[in-house]
Amino acid sequence: MTASVATDTASPAAPANPPAGPRPEPPGPLTASAVFGWRALLKMRHVPEQLFDIIAIPVVFTLMFTYLFGGALASSTARYLQFLLPGTLVMAVLLVTMYAGIGISADRSKGLSDRFRSLPLWRPAPIVGALLGDIGRYLLAASLVVILGVAIGFRPAGSAPGVAAGIGLLLVFALSLSWVWTTIGLLVRTPQAVMSIGTVVLFPLTLASSVFVRPQTMPGWLQAFVHVNPVSHLVAAERGLMGGQPAAGQIAWVLFASAAMVAIFAPATARLYARRP
Amino acid sequence: MDTTPVHAESRGVRRQRSDGPPLAIEAAGLARRFGATHALAGVDLAVRSGTVYGLLGPNGAGKTTTVRILATLLAPDSGQARVLGHDVVTEADAVRRRIALTGQFATVDEDLTGAENLSLLGRLAGLARREARVRAADLLAAFGLEQSASRQVKAYSGGMRRRLDLAASFLVHADLYFLDEPTTGLDPASRSQVWDIIRSIVAGGATVLLTTQYLDEADALAGRIAVIDNGRIIAEGTTGELKATAGSGSLSLRVAEPARRTDASRMLAQRLGVTFQAGADPAALTATIPACASGSAPAEQVATAITELARAGIGVSELALGQPSLDEVFLTLTGHRRLSNQTTQEVTS
Repeated sequence: MTASVATDTASPAAPANPPAGPRPEPPGPLTASAVFGWRALLKMRHVPEQLFDIIAIPVVFTLMFTYLFGGALASSTARYLQFLLPGTLVMAVLLVTMYAGIGISADRSKGLSDRFRSLPLWRPAPIVGALLGDIGRYLLAASLVVILGVAIGFRPAGSAPGVAAGIGLLLVFALSLSWVWTTIGLLVRTPQAVMSIGTVVLFPLTLASSVFVRPQTMPGWLQAFVHVNPVSHLVAAERGLMGGQPAAGQIAWVLFASAAMVAIFAPATARLYARRP
Repeated sequence: MDTTPVHAESRGVRRQRSDGPPLAIEAAGLARRFGATHALAGVDLAVRSGTVYGLLGPNGAGKTTTVRILATLLAPDSGQARVLGHDVVTEADAVRRRIALTGQFATVDEDLTGAENLSLLGRLAGLARREARVRAADLLAAFGLEQSASRQVKAYSGGMRRRLDLAASFLVHADLYFLDEPTTGLDPASRSQVWDIIRSIVAGGATVLLTTQYLDEADALAGRIAVIDNGRIIAEGTTGELKATAGSGSLSLRVAEPARRTDASRMLAQRLGVTFQAGADPAALTATIPACASGSAPAEQVATAITELARAGIGVSELALGQPSLDEVFLTLTGHRRLSNQTTQEVTS
């Protein structure tokens, strides 16, 4: 990185121009949330590294599994890719879900949330805004994986509408899961702790699922886990949608799990955010 | 611009003082615990509109907790507070519409540029997109940050961050500014800039609650001061009153000829009724002077004593009569020295 020390042009402070007129009306819930969403996008522009760290893993996994194990696991790399890609897509997006929680935690540890909370704003606006920013992140991660997949031979039977529906369902689940991380972000002290907890939870969940292989080959106890693992249900729903054979049961399960996460963790986040000592 | 707070009596609440301007802050019995720690153990405050009020104390005394409660960020466990006539718990939004807060740590987004930070906070304060951008540019210029406007804040120096943070408090009008240790960790030049900014706030008719660890800062800016220690206000008054409470100053001098130091020490001790300490410097003498040793002011007594030395043929090459330091104020008020290793402490984390 080039040396980027800002120059201090300290002229004698002359804040002689006090704000003109009375204080404007504070923004409504929608405007406030949109402003926080804009902030999240600005941060993405300024710190693109954080995104590439996360994107690199699914890209590497897609390429590695397809070419390294594809032949062994499905006798052909092209056939295995059709099975694998919806799984790595899920992995790519789920791994990004912790960023809203990391952001909330960073704001708190740096005192920024104090400034936000001293403003007459709709209380959840910073969190809702961060989640709006997350949609941008999810779409970027998802498009990257899909484009990569298509480039190396992913040809889903559900074609474009199937893929779009799959991404839509994935967004719903990911946004719901984000609330879990915002809750954790308000419970632990540092953004690094959110990152650690997120990694410790998400990696086993995505690996011990049906993302890479069919569970039939696993020992019984692991199969039992894989079957209750929400990621497996999500991946099954994605495979159905992208494969042109939507599985209503799996989709309903994903929607139900999403609703349950929001019902528990959105109020928990709101309460923790308001009550923060 | 109308800076008169909503009057307390219009909301059916008694005014605590009948004379002078209305109260911008009135707090009674504020208490707050964190686990087993009593961060605040019953704080009363009365701050008049249009003044700078200093809240003085060491780290961990309860300054920030007080500010956080008054700025609606934290609810007290017990006690009440009204800010600009509104209860900080039940009418928090009404309070938030009229205050500005600058925290101890520069509360700006390090990943964004200076201009983006101010635009963002301007939008959140209710300015339209264009207005926010124009106002941000104006403030960056006023605070000497225009050259770094499009730099990420992480590249700013401590002083620049603090100025940006203060600039954010000027985006829209506020009747009451909470400035929580705005100069801690700043170099002297930036510090005096911040002092000028604070003076200009009050000149505009607003009220400032300033927390600080430095007596000279409170002395330079605040009309009244409350000294806080272990979650309690242990003294309140003007700086003059506080120093009188502390009741001492320090006298240090150097005699022209080191050989006469013992004579000088004996004469001064006799005249002023205090014991002098001979320093490592063979010409230096220091002593602590009580405030009202014999009715007259310390400076007068010292002047008389020095004149007598001159008559006796003992020349004095240097003379300094210092005001009591915050350390001494604390020692007198609390009987313990809490600031000894904290006055130089840097803000970390």
